[in-house]
Amino acid sequence: MSDIIIGTLIVLGGLFGAIGALGLVRMPDVLIRMHASTKIGTLSCGMVLAGTAVFFADGSTIVRALLIFLFLILTAPIGSHMIGRAAVSMGVGLWRAPEDRPREPRDQ
Amino acid sequence: MSAFLTICLDIATGLILLTSAFSLLRLTIGPSLPDRVVALDMMTVSIVAFCGLAAIRFQEAAFLDVALALALVGFLATAALARFAERARTKTEHMP
Repeated sequence: MSDIIIGTLIVLGGLFGAIGALGLVRMPDVLIRMHASTKIGTLSCGMVLAGTAVFFADGSTIVRALLIFLFLILTAPIGSHMIGRAAVSMGVGLWRAPEDRPREPRDQ
Repeated sequence: MSAFLTICLDIATGLILLTSAFSLLRLTIGPSLPDRVVALDMMTVSIVAFCGLAAIRFQEAAFLDVALALALVGFLATAALARFAERARTKTEHMP
């Protein structure tokens, strides 16, 4: 029974990680890429660590897995905030939807 | 370890390696410095997850200590690189 729980947790964690990395490759702009990668990366790591904690099922391992997850969940927003602020203040080009782009003046 | 868990472990390891490969791709082609920092952050998180999977595969809880240290170093790297990006911009602005 616990094998099924562990297997489901780690496969879901790997799947979420792959989806987040796909977003990291496919999205058009720094801030949108960050939106795709950071939160879902934390979720995937947390699911894999939960699987590890269920597999070992003793006190010290559970505490260590919880500690890693707590650390990730505390530092991920701080890191993303710093990168986002640096990106915006560096003036990295931002993506705009095609219908929002300014029209080229057509000379006839 | 049952056969089901072994198969799940193989699938999850492959997916996490795929995550790492995609992050490496973005790290290589990323057009700007913040892109590369974001890719590095994602890569660190995926390697932490890989350490968890290695702990299950080799039944060795010591890999979690590696994961903890790696998460710490990864956050420090992200913070330092973000500060570096901001500082580099300020320096170029002050140039004559």
